Amino acid sequence: MSEITREQVQHLAGLARIALTEAEIDTMTAELGHIVDSVAKVREVATDDVPATSHPIPLENVFRPDVVGQTLTAEQALSGAPDHDGSRFRVSAILGEEQ
Amino acid sequence: MTDTTSLVHLSAAELSTRLAAGDVSSVDVTRAHLDRIEAVDGDVHAFLHVSAAALDTAADVDRRRAAGEALGPLAGVPIAIKDVLCTIDMPSTSGSKILEGWVPPYDATVVAKLRAADLVPLGKTNMDEFAMGSSTEFSAYGPTHNPWSLDRIPGGSGGGSAAAVAAFEAPLALGSDTGGSIRQPGAVTGTVGVKPTYGSVSRYGAIALASSLDQVGPVSRTVLDSAMLHDVITGHDPRDSTSLRDAWPSFTEAARTGLAGGALKGVRVGVVRELNGEGFQAGVKARFAEALELMSAAGAEIVEISAPSFEHAISAYYLILPAEASSNLAKFDSVRFGLRVVPEGGGTVEDVMAATREAGFGPEVKRRIILGTYALSAGYYDAYYGSAQKVRTLVQRDFAAAFDQVDVLVSPSAPTTAFRLGEKIDDPLAMYLNDITTIPANLAGIPGITVPMGLAEEDGLPTGLQFMAPARGDARLYTYGAALEQLLEQGWGHTLISRAPDLSATEQTAATEGVI
Amino acid sequence: MAKADLMDYEKALEQFEVVLGFEVHVELATKTKMFSDAPNFFGGEPNTNVTPVDLGLPGSLPVVNEQAVRYSISLGLALGCSIAESSRFARKNYFYPDNPKNYQVSQFDEPIAFEGEVEVELPDGTIFAIPIERAHMEEDAGKLTHVGGSTGRIQGAEYSLVDYNRAGIPLVEIVTKPIIGAGAKGPELGAAYVSTIRDIVRALGVSEARMERGNLRCDANVSLRPHGQEKLGTRTETKNVNSFRSVERAVRYEIQRQAAILAAGGTITQETRHWHEDTGRTSAGRPKSDADDYRYFPEPDLLPVVPPRELVEELRLALPEAPVAQRRRLKSEWGFADLEFQDVVNSGLLTELVETVAAGASPQAARKWWTGEIARLANAQGVEASSLVSPMHVSELIALVESGDLTDRLARQVLEGVVAGEGSPSEVVEARGLKVVSDDGALIAAIDEALASQPDVLAKIRDGKVQAAGAVIGAVMKAMKGQADAARVRELVLERAQA
Repeated sequence: MSEITREQVQHLAGLARIALTEAEIDTMTAELGHIVDSVAKVREVATDDVPATSHPIPLENVFRPDVVGQTLTAEQALSGAPDHDGSRFRVSAILGEEQ
Repeated sequence: MTDTTSLVHLSAAELSTRLAAGDVSSVDVTRAHLDRIEAVDGDVHAFLHVSAAALDTAADVDRRRAAGEALGPLAGVPIAIKDVLCTIDMPSTSGSKILEGWVPPYDATVVAKLRAADLVPLGKTNMDEFAMGSSTEFSAYGPTHNPWSLDRIPGGSGGGSAAAVAAFEAPLALGSDTGGSIRQPGAVTGTVGVKPTYGSVSRYGAIALASSLDQVGPVSRTVLDSAMLHDVITGHDPRDSTSLRDAWPSFTEAARTGLAGGALKGVRVGVVRELNGEGFQAGVKARFAEALELMSAAGAEIVEISAPSFEHAISAYYLILPAEASSNLAKFDSVRFGLRVVPEGGGTVEDVMAATREAGFGPEVKRRIILGTYALSAGYYDAYYGSAQKVRTLVQRDFAAAFDQVDVLVSPSAPTTAFRLGEKIDDPLAMYLNDITTIPANLAGIPGITVPMGLAEEDGLPTGLQFMAPARGDARLYTYGAALEQLLEQGWGHTLISRAPDLSATEQTAATEGVI
Repeated sequence: MAKADLMDYEKALEQFEVVLGFEVHVELATKTKMFSDAPNFFGGEPNTNVTPVDLGLPGSLPVVNEQAVRYSISLGLALGCSIAESSRFARKNYFYPDNPKNYQVSQFDEPIAFEGEVEVELPDGTIFAIPIERAHMEEDAGKLTHVGGSTGRIQGAEYSLVDYNRAGIPLVEIVTKPIIGAGAKGPELGAAYVSTIRDIVRALGVSEARMERGNLRCDANVSLRPHGQEKLGTRTETKNVNSFRSVERAVRYEIQRQAAILAAGGTITQETRHWHEDTGRTSAGRPKSDADDYRYFPEPDLLPVVPPRELVEELRLALPEAPVAQRRRLKSEWGFADLEFQDVVNSGLLTELVETVAAGASPQAARKWWTGEIARLANAQGVEASSLVSPMHVSELIALVESGDLTDRLARQVLEGVVAGEGSPSEVVEARGLKVVSDDGALIAAIDEALASQPDVLAKIRDGKVQAAGAVIGAVMKAMKGQADAARVRELVLERAQA
């Protein structure tokens, strides 16, 4: 279970939208295998009676009031865009359906 | 007399005094630092971008001061800013190709605070890509070189900020610390760096690595300087939900208290057994033992503390960080900002995203994204990410138990001195071990400081001592840190950074002026 | 693509049991977005309603809108749910250009509301209890426009344009548990369910809930299993269902389509399908093998929401009555016959009646006017009855009739004046001088004149032939321009004739 296979790395690269080269997949499979082996130890101490901590400093009910603030101008919003038509971001054709 | 070479050797506190007294102008101070950058940064490569607006900003501060406006203590003092922070007037790349040239349409909250306090931004400093690394070798723009020895690493991920300050290119810098990225570079460059209590400094505008671990903090050559900067950047930010609402004491005052003498009397200092052991360089351990003796002689009670869960801290960290990072870095997809790479022959947006991320991310970033994706995937969550979050609980419990017995914990800030460039870059696991002493504080959210503690015998390179305090106990880091700094400097007869080699050929007056 | 075979609907139900599920997304009508303080409104120039948070810019962070939480709790309570003691946000990770961070901040294993039930009434009066699994908070995505293809859809498009104005709008997603036992009424149950959700959120005031604007969206899940089988069949999820009627049609279509496949020995592919309003069919979306691995984990940038019990109780007390319960109560209180009440409900005039009664009118009078004259005028003009006249004014009109100030006929004239915008009923009466004359003196004068001009009628009345009075009454009413109470005129005519 702690061994990462090549197929897994390919699958993960797909999930993460990174077009890894074959060589990268090879190297990464080996490297990640070692890393995962070493970090897998956490399972030993992470017993059922120990609760998980997501936030280092416990806070709760942090809200903001429903009051309008400042928005960016369209120019600012588009300022970093690799491609746009003056009002919207432009991307090449999409393969998948909406979620 | 405003000898420009000596201006760069002044501390921020001293600059503050002279600026307020009108002995020197901000323009002169800023110009001196810009000149210094020009003289040495070709070798050091601490900066990715030097601000074109610095002199104008300085001039504006001078004008307002002359007009009688009341200004803050650091007004007119130059500062370098780690490139992980968004600046509306300078590119913010986070050390990555995927953000090359990106200028944000907004300032990070801490940057806004700097500007409001009238500090003068000098430029953006180099870093490991997306703050992932311990040597700054993973910057997409080339490494930064340690001013103590240019063939060595300056630490990471904030090697640029630490080197800038160590090379006298800036009196102050801002860094970020997720697993030691401020403290470890501080140790290997003989400078001071602080990771504040999680939530005490706003993360809004700090390009996220691991949301539950990241914190922005000060970098300087003296403890007092970091305290003064910390006072400017701390405080609640409604734009950051994890931001604490606490009112903070004056850290400047806390540092001055440490410098007033006698501050270590009766203080219970806990030495963490698990953070001072095998794999640590002999010279580091020797300096550390001496520092403990010094504190003991000053009245501190040294207590040995055991924190068994720390053995698993690195493993937990290298699951939590990649998991959160894999999600935080998903936004770099060629659509709204940053790099866009279109594969040959075109392609769907999915193809463009994948090609962009392949070209735009470096090997360490890709490694951690894949690892993080794995740790979160269906079927693996409980074993990896879920388990790591439980180790975090155990680490917090160990700290809580420790702080029941002692007022502050200490350890070396890094297990070794600066290693050579290229030495560990092909061994990720070896690289990860550099953070062994700093990671526990990030997991628990507690604050930590690194203070220079001397040069290692075997290589003459700097080492640092880390103090850790309970959450919200940042003030005592400044008090005890300043106290130790003073004791050490009294013992040496000089500061540690003054022993750093001359970098500029035209640098003649430094050695004779009685530098900092 | 070949058109799918469909099994006859009745036959399909004979052979299979239908299990349904619905996911309804409600857009909350807060002033600002879920996690940023950009305004929450429909429309506007593209990308002018965004903050760094809505664009997912590096360094941006979410902050929860307090009002959205309150609305979500109210909605959860109105759905009969329990409200979580501690609720968390989670990241749902997937890449898509309309998703600015490539993860959606949603909720996973600690939703704000869970385990509820909603009563839904079908047009024929039967009532279903729909089990609710959960209701949780999340943010909306941006809007994509596909350019270059023939239909404006994804297939065949050359490129796409993205507008993030909608990104970050607060949503509540309501998920039902499997709905079993609807049988042949499944399709209409779906439509009625979504319509009920709309009524609930509008009564709460938490959403405008207009399907045509996307404030209310529905995904329909359908699966079939042979009668008596325990195990659920494979289900499909149909999206792009944009009206109540579409819900009904889409569900019916899927039942027929799946039945045909299963009966022929095939298997159902678990997939998302797209409803086509124009052709009345569903089509398969692209299969997404990694779509199920959203790698949910607790959102580290946000803290738990721990609603104080006092707040939950405060919101519970402020809940309006559930639609089905309200209808039950009103029908009984008003004493309407089933058909009378159904008529009101089906005309969509229930709210108007409630408000007219609240303003003082009797239920029957309110019903008579709204479903009678007002509905007639509305149909003629091609508008909603509720847009013609206010319940306050209708109540006033009814009061004028009941006090004798207006006859029915006069009241209809007054109504026209009110609808034309001439003012309130009293104002129209005043302006047009339409009041019934109640002064006997004026009537007597007109009566005496009429009697004098028709001596033969007078003679007949004296002779005992009272029907003859009709001619005089008619003349008097004409002389009074209808502004007289005919019954009183008759009384006086007879009196005066004998005098």
